[in-house]
Amino acid sequence: MTPILVTKKVTKRFGGLVAVNGVDFEIPEKSIVSIIGPNGAGKTTFFNCITGFSHADEGEIIFEGTSIQRLRPDQITRLGISRTYQNIRLFADMTALENILVGEHAFLHSSWISAVLGLPGVIQEEKNALAEAQRLLNFVDLQGKGDMLARNLPYGAQRRLEIARALATKPKLLLLDEPSAGMNPRESEDLTDFIRHLRDELGITILLIEHHMRVVMGISEYVTVLDYGEKIAEGTPAEIQRNPRVIEAYLGRGAATEGMATAHERFANKKPSGGAEDVHVNS
Amino acid sequence: MKQENFLWTAVKFGLIGGAIAIFLCLIGMVEIFSKRDVIEGIITLGHFILVATAVSTGYIAARRAIESLDNNQPVYSLTAGLVAGLFTGLLLAFLVLFGNQVNLRAVFLNASPALYDLLTFGRGVSGVWLLPILGAGCGLLGAAFLLLPETARRPMMRGILFLFFMALFSGLFRVVLINQGDAWSTAAKYLFGQTGMTLPGALIFFFGIVALSFLLSSQGKNIQTRLNSLPKQGKLTLRILLLALIAYIALGLPLVSGPFIAQVIVIISLYILMGLGLNITLGFAGLLDLGFVAFYAIGAYTVGLLTSYGPFGLQHIPFWVAVPIAVLVAMMFGAFLGLPVLGVRGDYLAIATLGFGEIVRLLAGSDFLAPFFGGPRGIIGIQKPCLGTLGPFTTVDVPRVCNGIELGKPEHIYYVAVVSAIIIAFVAWRLRESRLGRAWMAIREDEDVAEALGINLVQTKLLAYILGAAFAGLGGAIFTVLVGSIFASSMQLLVSINVVALIIVGGMGSIPGVIVGAIALIGLPELLREVSEFRFLIYGTTLILMMLLKPEGLWPSQAAKRELHHADAENLTAEHMI
Repeated sequence: MTPILVTKKVTKRFGGLVAVNGVDFEIPEKSIVSIIGPNGAGKTTFFNCITGFSHADEGEIIFEGTSIQRLRPDQITRLGISRTYQNIRLFADMTALENILVGEHAFLHSSWISAVLGLPGVIQEEKNALAEAQRLLNFVDLQGKGDMLARNLPYGAQRRLEIARALATKPKLLLLDEPSAGMNPRESEDLTDFIRHLRDELGITILLIEHHMRVVMGISEYVTVLDYGEKIAEGTPAEIQRNPRVIEAYLGRGAATEGMATAHERFANKKPSGGAEDVHVNS
Repeated sequence: MKQENFLWTAVKFGLIGGAIAIFLCLIGMVEIFSKRDVIEGIITLGHFILVATAVSTGYIAARRAIESLDNNQPVYSLTAGLVAGLFTGLLLAFLVLFGNQVNLRAVFLNASPALYDLLTFGRGVSGVWLLPILGAGCGLLGAAFLLLPETARRPMMRGILFLFFMALFSGLFRVVLINQGDAWSTAAKYLFGQTGMTLPGALIFFFGIVALSFLLSSQGKNIQTRLNSLPKQGKLTLRILLLALIAYIALGLPLVSGPFIAQVIVIISLYILMGLGLNITLGFAGLLDLGFVAFYAIGAYTVGLLTSYGPFGLQHIPFWVAVPIAVLVAMMFGAFLGLPVLGVRGDYLAIATLGFGEIVRLLAGSDFLAPFFGGPRGIIGIQKPCLGTLGPFTTVDVPRVCNGIELGKPEHIYYVAVVSAIIIAFVAWRLRESRLGRAWMAIREDEDVAEALGINLVQTKLLAYILGAAFAGLGGAIFTVLVGSIFASSMQLLVSINVVALIIVGGMGSIPGVIVGAIALIGLPELLREVSEFRFLIYGTTLILMMLLKPEGLWPSQAAKRELHHADAENLTAEHMI
């Protein structure tokens, strides 16, 4: 399979801190790939480099054959990369429907002059946009909530609305930053199904940052592990679970020697966020 | 212990109320306002504000008493109100006594014998004992008002407010109505006096409003459902009828009211134009522009230079051609300002734009550019708009002849201004509902996320500056022909601040809010000469009170309403879910 996104030696520094250090990375088209790593490993910074929020200091990012590391976020979005955020960033005081409509912005073309004049083309376009927004709302199972303010939606619904808004930009590659954060096991199971559904039905390639190992291992075709900004491992979930460097990064040096089987078990049952950091510090 | 507490609180509020009352006296408000009556021969406006202070003090003290005590027996709240009012009165009495011993005029110009006379109802020092008694009475009244059930309190409050406003404008109403023929004239003389309402007029209006308000609060829901159940056709007819009525009043107003009110409405319309413009940059896109007057100045100077028959007129083209050019020039300057400040956010943006406004004003008034813009002497001799053809330009200082109707009087400019305001309000509404409007709101809420959703920040922000500037430029163009001249000194920072203030008071991002804000902050001080002396005091107080009590503005946009009261909204949705 041809890769949809390739990064070559991507490095991002903040002052003296090297947040992302020479990461080579590939996402095959229509695959589901996860990036994992302890807190502060540079996962979100890596996301930000891909989406143009921050520019990589070195290296190259190529999306479908075009180099994108010098483009603005809106240009990258138009090319077909969209994202959600670790801490939900909806337009809290706009309605659910308006949030999705903003996502459609890049694909609407009416100028402000024709909007003021109320030309038939504009009216038709708005009508279609609204219908599309409604469709996306139903797609993420939020039918009937369109007129609610985003801030008044329950937590899980806000997560799904954020995905719907990202989908409105018609992405080919969707970046999900910890989509299952704060979800109970049942909800994250639904989420896993939903993400798989996105890939299978819409053909969208999916890259996710995730702490929830059950989700990561259940859904990903490939997993990449970052630690201190460097890629320390990549491969299929099964390979990653057995990789001693990964276990060391997650559970500390002691764990690697303490008998593979138990460490393996602990790793597979790992609960999201926080914990990883604690273990890291304790080691 | 508790009772001591609540009495002490009441005393504190009484002292605060007294301090406010003394303040109102010493800045001269009481004396100036006393030239106007609320009800003729019964209470002047000056006394009214003092009474209002004492009554409010009593009301607040009583409310505090109820809050701090577990049992809300009326005795306690009434006592609290009485004590608070008493101390307000005592402080005023102290002012009179002290002022009679010590000459306060050296410091406080307004502490004149006339003021003391007013306070003691002409009795001098021997009438001082009246003040605490009246104060206590007012405080008691305030406390009693609190004890009324909500259903009675609200209509009465509305009645008093309405009466107050009617009294303020009674002179205007009287003049307008007397010109309408004998029947109207008799009615007007019965209801409105020379300086305030007549007693029967006041009673009729007060009870009328109380009854109406009471009816609305008890029957409001009924009327609402009945309106909603109307067939679509019926609703449409109703709306058209309402619009026609408003249009009829708007068109007929200057013919009835005369030039003064027409001029005030022109000024209100100009501020509505500027307000709608800034509402795009500030209200929709969230970009605070404190130099907004610059665009207004640019619109004004462009029209001036293009149409003036005075020494600085570059061209002598008709107003109607000059206006679109002025709007275009203002738009260009909007882009010109927008480009350098694109990356500047929040407070820094406010300072940068503030600088821009000052630069434009100083340049226009400078000696350096005086050969082009007339410097401090300004541009004079601006051609009035003409419906028809203009004769040829002959020589400097001679206006071109208008073959048709010359729109020279304020009543004429009124139509130009009102029509422009209506068109611009429509444009602003369409913009808000469009794709661009959504993009602006997204930028206001979260710039980074908006960009990540494919919104071009440069283009969208620039459009906010450009369109805002266009509206202000149009305002400046109309203002120029109204006055017939331009002076750089009239392009003060204050104008920008007025526009920001009217948007805040009206409600950020709300189009009707801009109109309400312009009427409240610009129209009222223009109409009431007494008030205009204390304009900034009233501005400041209004802004603080608005921020505290109604931060979403007088007529908020739906979103702002939800935003600032989302706690209520959450309760509401929770109820819905149950």
